[in-house]
Amino acid sequence: MTWPIIVAVAAVLLAPLVGGLLRGLDRKITARLQGRIGPPVVQPFYDFGKLVGKSRVVSSKASMAWAWSYFLLTLTAFTLFFMGQDLLVVFLILAFAGGSLAFGALSARSPYARFGANRELLQILACEPILLLAAVAVYFQTGKFTVCSILEANQPLLPYLPLVFVAVLIVLGIKMRKSPFDIAASEHAHQELVRGVYTEYSGRFLALMELTHWYKIVLLLAFIALFWAQPLWVGVLIALGAYFLELWLDNIAARLRWSWMLGVSWSLGVGFVVVNLVLLSVVV
Amino acid sequence: MGFLARARVKSPWILHYCTGGCNGCDIEILACLTPLYDVERFGILNIGNPKHADILMITGPVNWRSRHVLRNLYEQTPDPKVVIAIGVCAATGGVFHNCYNVLGGVDKVVPVDVYVRGCAARPEAIIDGVVMALQKLEAKKSGGVSYAAGAR
Repeated sequence: MTWPIIVAVAAVLLAPLVGGLLRGLDRKITARLQGRIGPPVVQPFYDFGKLVGKSRVVSSKASMAWAWSYFLLTLTAFTLFFMGQDLLVVFLILAFAGGSLAFGALSARSPYARFGANRELLQILACEPILLLAAVAVYFQTGKFTVCSILEANQPLLPYLPLVFVAVLIVLGIKMRKSPFDIAASEHAHQELVRGVYTEYSGRFLALMELTHWYKIVLLLAFIALFWAQPLWVGVLIALGAYFLELWLDNIAARLRWSWMLGVSWSLGVGFVVVNLVLLSVVV
Repeated sequence: MGFLARARVKSPWILHYCTGGCNGCDIEILACLTPLYDVERFGILNIGNPKHADILMITGPVNWRSRHVLRNLYEQTPDPKVVIAIGVCAATGGVFHNCYNVLGGVDKVVPVDVYVRGCAARPEAIIDGVVMALQKLEAKKSGGVSYAAGAR
């Protein structure tokens, strides 16, 4: 019982470092794709430090409470995942964390934050069916919903669940707030609806949002890495590949409307997972 | 320099507002973001939200309507912050000087830290202005700059 706890603590401590560096790489690569030099790779840490040092401006106390709830729930999901626990629980907690972000934005009387919150809820609506069905697919393959069961399985998941993998890539794009799915707020400083769900947060609360976002990215990439857990380093390479695929897509795609996002994730995403499940139960 | 102080200088986010000029300076500000000048090298981001901004870049001579917006944006920006007045309009009113509809300068409404001259201001001059503003931002946080009582 001690090993999972050690792994989880190490993951919680290291994730901000990994997440921040991934974001830095993202900004550097995006700049290069646009023919610019781009900021240093450690730029996200500078941004974080700067935000922590800003003075406190609170638009509504409730939205600050929700901001903490967003952070703590994501951290809980993250810890449970790295302790090898139940994927269903992890995804449900993650969904409620996203909900907290939206409720926080709704608590402040700002039209921009309100639009952002509505769109954030739509994004959750688009992601959750895929993630929950992906957990079911894991159950079909390993007989359990837990992360441990994937690690202890004899063969990797990807050859059996290729379509589920594609669907999870769609979720990664939505959760990373990348084009064509940067609807509630963009990961970059684009100005759609001022700043969407983040509009009313400033200073250290915005830093908290950023930190939570890093945890979320690392959690999702870790889930993608689980698709090839024998050996795990192949999975990590696949996850990094998926991350850079999203960066590339971000730079060639325009923003979709929310109805398009729901259409893509519900028809293609859920469709892929269901077809994969049917094939798995018929063929294997 | 500690990490926080260093971070403040390395990550200035800019809010850009035109108070009623000809948009020439605004185009030059946006030119700074293009691959030719690429101010994101220095961590500078053009952000659309005063609550996330550190540097206010104001252009135009400030007319009677836009002064309320300008005041509002200034008050919504959390400290520490600096204001850069870009172009001669923002400094003195420029070609709009003494017009009945303008106040003639950003410093009639909010305290200005750096003036960038030019009509329109060149991108190089604007980047220079930001560098000066960053020095002032650091001095402000350490208490090196203070405004006299009654400063606007």
